[in-house]
Amino acid sequence: MSDQILQLKQIEKSFGNTKVLDGIDLQLHRGEFITLLGASGCGKTTTLRIIAGLETPDSGSVLLDGVDVTAVPPEKRNVNTVFQNYALFPHMSVADNIGYGLKLKKVSKSEIQAKVKEMLELVQLSEYGSRMPAELSGGQRQRVAIARALAVQPQILLLDEPLGALDLQLRRQMQFELKRLQKQLGITFLYITHDQEEALNMSDRIAVMRQGRFEQIGTPNEIYDSPKTAYVAKFVGEANILKGKVTQSGKVVCVETAAGTALAICKRCGAAEGKSVSIAVRSENVSFAPYQPDAQGLAAVIREKNFAGGMLRIVLELKDGQTLIASRHGIDLPAQVGDEMTVFWNAEQAIVVEDVEEGKL
Amino acid sequence: MNKHPQKAKNRGYWLTLLPLYLFTIIFVGAPLLYMLVLSFLQRAETWGITGQFTFRNYAQIFQPVYLKTFADSLKLAFLSTGIIALIGYPFGYFMAKLSPKGKKWMMLALMVPFWTNSLIRLYGWIIIFRANGTLDQILMGLNITQSPLKLLYTYPAVVVGMVYALLQFMIFSVYSSAEKMDWKLVEAARDLGASPLKAFLTVTLKLTLPGLLSGVILTFIPSMGLFFIADILGGNKVVLVGSLIQDQLVKAHNTPFAAALSVVLMLMTTLMIALYKKIAGGKELEGLI
Amino acid sequence: MKQKTFRFSHLFLGIVLAVMYLPIVLLVVYSFNESKISSVWGGFSFKWYQQLFRDKQMFEALWNSIILGVLSSVSAAILGTLGAFGMTKIKCRSNHVMEYLVTLPIMTPEIILAMVFLAFFSLLGLPFGMTTLVLGHTAFCVPYVFMLVKASLVGMDSSLAEAARDLGATEIQVFRDITLPLVAPAIASGMVLSFAMSFDDVIISLFVTGVNVNTLPIRVYTQIKTGVTPEINALCTLMLAATLVLVAVSAVIGRKKPNINEQQKENV
Repeated sequence: MSDQILQLKQIEKSFGNTKVLDGIDLQLHRGEFITLLGASGCGKTTTLRIIAGLETPDSGSVLLDGVDVTAVPPEKRNVNTVFQNYALFPHMSVADNIGYGLKLKKVSKSEIQAKVKEMLELVQLSEYGSRMPAELSGGQRQRVAIARALAVQPQILLLDEPLGALDLQLRRQMQFELKRLQKQLGITFLYITHDQEEALNMSDRIAVMRQGRFEQIGTPNEIYDSPKTAYVAKFVGEANILKGKVTQSGKVVCVETAAGTALAICKRCGAAEGKSVSIAVRSENVSFAPYQPDAQGLAAVIREKNFAGGMLRIVLELKDGQTLIASRHGIDLPAQVGDEMTVFWNAEQAIVVEDVEEGKL
Repeated sequence: MNKHPQKAKNRGYWLTLLPLYLFTIIFVGAPLLYMLVLSFLQRAETWGITGQFTFRNYAQIFQPVYLKTFADSLKLAFLSTGIIALIGYPFGYFMAKLSPKGKKWMMLALMVPFWTNSLIRLYGWIIIFRANGTLDQILMGLNITQSPLKLLYTYPAVVVGMVYALLQFMIFSVYSSAEKMDWKLVEAARDLGASPLKAFLTVTLKLTLPGLLSGVILTFIPSMGLFFIADILGGNKVVLVGSLIQDQLVKAHNTPFAAALSVVLMLMTTLMIALYKKIAGGKELEGLI
Repeated sequence: MKQKTFRFSHLFLGIVLAVMYLPIVLLVVYSFNESKISSVWGGFSFKWYQQLFRDKQMFEALWNSIILGVLSSVSAAILGTLGAFGMTKIKCRSNHVMEYLVTLPIMTPEIILAMVFLAFFSLLGLPFGMTTLVLGHTAFCVPYVFMLVKASLVGMDSSLAEAARDLGATEIQVFRDITLPLVAPAIASGMVLSFAMSFDDVIISLFVTGVNVNTLPIRVYTQIKTGVTPEINALCTLMLAATLVLVAVSAVIGRKKPNINEQQKENV
């Protein structure tokens, strides 16, 4: 038995004139929790629907456990989906919803009852079997949808932004519970979200999607600490992107901008001298001190200070017009708007990334 | 490769469509087409038709007698529809403003007459209108009139009958569009300084216009053809296009002329519906069901 | 001021409703009238009811009307439901024309349909009677079912069917287990409406019926035209009672649904 449970090979899909998937490849390992992360319209839901069989790709193939299932209808795939709006059957009780898949498989009544009971316990809804979906809260419906999909023992569980409709607190709790379920059952979860926090919290691997392609696939650590592209850096860590020319290559590169020289490390790239590059640096890693003409770093002016989400955000404008955002704990700092500053960071906190503009993909 | 299952699937769906397609083409499309053909055919001397093509049936409509019938029908239809709108619009509007419980009870209250046989309901009006009937008894009892009014078999009786038979369609259409209306918009208009009347005219009326218009169509179209109301409450004094078609068909056996009359009547109603769709922006008739 | 307008609206609703019920109430009152002349009270009596129950023709007409209503509403339900289902599944240019044609009967004055059916059925050589009645009535009942079911299908969440497919249901199983139960209320109300329209229809029935098949409205119509006995009042009262019972039952059923769930909640 191979470690790969699902393979997507060169999947392409267009709706009308819009190309939604541009030849994507993806491998899912047995028992992993993988997340497709991307902004709305990036093609993540289409990818999921193709895996579920609800959509057929224009070209490319889907291999489930080594078998080509590209043309197999959804009812014959051992893959189940938790829909974004849960899609609970409103005319069936919770127990009937959960048992529906088994009933279709002609499982005996007593077995269905036992399995439904087990599933209700699994999602901690033992008391709710006879209720109708309309009588449940959002979080409870969510659990029923998960239980319904798990009852038929899928090889892969597909979850399409399942927590999107829940409030923040419930979302955090459900993240934890989903992870627990996945570990307990050992089933492969393919999770879709646009929320980077969700992705970082739960996943074994994250695939960042943009305009029908994968920008980067890797563990949460890799994605967060070593973003391959400017888009990943911005989307996952809300990093600053700075453009400049390489003046000194090596493991640590010096990048010359109009405002001064910045340092960054180069993990994958061979950035030759004279090449234009982008570097990503996270706002919490941006340091600054009152301007001194001979100090190492970039000259900048404070343009804005605001307090948001428990952090102080400082907007710094460099000489060449690029802006950087720095964040600090606390509510204010001595420096005022309009003060001139020198901005700097440790070389290992900045990273050279590929930067492809929107629409040039 | 993927195209084939899709095709097979569609074949299944076509199968579900087939009965409706067949039935509609055979029992709606074909008969209407036949009517069109008939209207251009010559009538045989005594019975049936000859295969000859003619415009005479249409020319015949322009005879003063028949033109007058059309004019009378239109007049009655306009009059009844106008009265229905005057009563039905406020009714539907006020009903939409009732509490949820009030709405439910009002719905039930409207259902009873709606489900009662329309002929039987009309017969109730005969009791009211006939000489020395309920109305005369009340009026004479109150000393408002001295002798029976003899309203039965008069024009006003027919108008009352029409209004009575069709009022509910107007109420339901207006109600369904007024119920969907966002009342906050009216409040917003008031907030912006509109007087109650101005707010009603600029916001409420505009938003409930589709309901009103579809109510107008739903009452106007049948009122052109409900010959039995004119028959029962108007005696033979009020002749409508509907009665004319019936007479031509049943008494004169002039099917081609009846067909020509029907074609003209149908053109008129189609025109009205097209006009509605244009004003209401291509929407379906409101509260039709 | 607000209170005053509020009261005026209630008064208006009340008056219109009273006028609407006046003829019906009169019929009921006079059905118990000893005198043959409605509007002259001659004392309380059940005599018209007795006469009604001896009137075999009236009951035959009633029976015909019921059969006709059931047959037409059932055929309309089958044609309309399947057709609406197919039409939401297949996007086709002919749909637009077809939809117009399907709904045409309720947008056309009844007298035209009557004349058209009369002419067309004689052209086909169909024997006038129950068959032609059912065909004619089905034609104007289909639009009600079709439009209600189609609206309910269009409003249905497409992910429900997908979820069922995902759990292993074939297209047919999805239709049976998910789609059909969810549009059942629409089918039911379409059928009830169809039955009522068929049961109430005079014009089309008058034209397409045969010599020896009378429906209730036809019989009432001829009675009214040829001089009425208060028997009609008695019949009206009985039908009104039946209507009231039906309306009450449907109201109770409509209210009972959440109650069942309520009970389930308590049982848990």
